[in-house]
Amino acid sequence: MSKRRPYVRPMDGWWLKNPYYVRYMSREATSLFVGVYALILLAGMVSLACGETAYNNWLMAMTNPVSIGFHLAALAAAIYHTITWFAVAPKVMPALFLAGKRVPDIAITTTQYAIAVVLYLGLFCMVWRV
Amino acid sequence: MMKRSNEPVFWSLFGAGGVVAAFLLPMLIFITGIALPLGILPPEALAYDRIHSFASGWPGKLFLLAVISLPLWQSAHRIFLSLHDLGIHRGREFCRWLCYGTALLGTLIPLILLIRI
Repeated sequence: MSKRRPYVRPMDGWWLKNPYYVRYMSREATSLFVGVYALILLAGMVSLACGETAYNNWLMAMTNPVSIGFHLAALAAAIYHTITWFAVAPKVMPALFLAGKRVPDIAITTTQYAIAVVLYLGLFCMVWRV
Repeated sequence: MMKRSNEPVFWSLFGAGGVVAAFLLPMLIFITGIALPLGILPPEALAYDRIHSFASGWPGKLFLLAVISLPLWQSAHRIFLSLHDLGIHRGREFCRWLCYGTALLGTLIPLILLIRI
């Protein structure tokens, strides 16, 4: 066995040392909430397929204070995801040209917010209209 | 010849999931997890008969599949890549199967259930 002990730079907590990296890791962490919420929806889907009693049990479970607490945190995480997603989109998509001029990033981000507001309101109204 | 990468497939699912999560999830979380349990929305809003008939039509099936499956692919991709950022390298292949396998199950289960409803 080798007696060589090379220096390995410790990387523990590297992302805590710079606010930019903290924001990056927070953005990635939103995916935990997104994933758990999708699994909750999946459970709802399975209970819907099982019948009315199972589905009503799922609805009942959603009124648990722990569930409401989780969903408040998940809502905050989802909003943070939305903000970062809309900010990054103009940078990852191919450049958009309108009448020979490049569409500025801010216009693309603003358009996304406008579409999102319409979709949010549309979804809420669709559910509201009983 | 270079082996073809499967990255574009997973990145596309990640991208689609990110779009669904950004454009629908905040309001969906508010509706199912906050507004309905707290009585801001009437209980009939997500009543069994209503959601069942929604899931019986093709627009409803597509909507439900999209909001369950795609965010899971987005989440799986980010969680798996974050393991590297956190310096967790043990059981990399196991973690890969766990992350993407959950997303795959979260696609197949609703797909089969929705076809049968």
